Amino acid sequence: MIHIKRLQEDGADVIALVGEIDASSSIELDLAIAKSVGEGFSKILIDCSALEYISSAGLGVFMSYIEEFKDRNIKMVLFGMSDKVANTFSILGLNELLHIGKDKVQAKQIVNEL
Amino acid sequence: MSFCTSGKIKFKLSKSSMNYKFKVGCSIENLKGVRDFIRGSLKNHNISELEISEIVLALDEMCSNLMIHAHQCNPDDLFELVINVEQNHPLVFELIDDGTVFDINEFNTPALDNIVHEKRKGGLGIRLVKSIMDKIEYQKTGGRNICRLVKTVHFI
Repeated sequence: MIHIKRLQEDGADVIALVGEIDASSSIELDLAIAKSVGEGFSKILIDCSALEYISSAGLGVFMSYIEEFKDRNIKMVLFGMSDKVANTFSILGLNELLHIGKDKVQAKQIVNEL
Repeated sequence: MSFCTSGKIKFKLSKSSMNYKFKVGCSIENLKGVRDFIRGSLKNHNISELEISEIVLALDEMCSNLMIHAHQCNPDDLFELVINVEQNHPLVFELIDDGTVFDINEFNTPALDNIVHEKRKGGLGIRLVKSIMDKIEYQKTGGRNICRLVKTVHFI
């Protein structure tokens, strides 16, 4: 349902989400982010260009890291969202709480400026 | 096919009311199938992709709530999702089951700040459903619970 690929670029951990995230698969997103944090990355980029769908369970995972990341000075930027996925974030106003870039280039720029 | 002019097709559609039914076990592994059923039912009804995606989101939330909170994810418990589409009328969705009622109207929509602070993942879903659907009502008949959701859409 969801495939998660990780690769490292310019000191940032890039987590690519491929497929759909719902109540049955949000745990995998949670584990991937936790792993990245556990490995000591302070810059995390979430590649959403192949993310076809995200339910509130997936949104909740991102939300649950906001305070921890603030406290630990970890920067997370999402990028590459389709219109439908971007709409899901904006219905809840999460676009105001999370850092979202248009593409990877912009995401890297944002993560370095935070 | 007898309907060879677009005018007739339009007439036919404006008079027709379509019902789609889907019976599914309460395993969250089935949510993907539920979403495919909703998308399949709503396509070809002149509803925009964006509105369909919002409806899928809200119903996914309602179905996963039902599976998790009313049926503890028991795959042997079945519930029914019925979709009624009638041109130029609000869409009506019904979730029918025989479990404990989980009435989201009884839950206050938590503020986003509180969700972040308390890491209340559940609160997000309630916010989503309430902001997407126009009306959510519950009814109990003959031991069955019917949760009816109504959504006005713009037919293209």
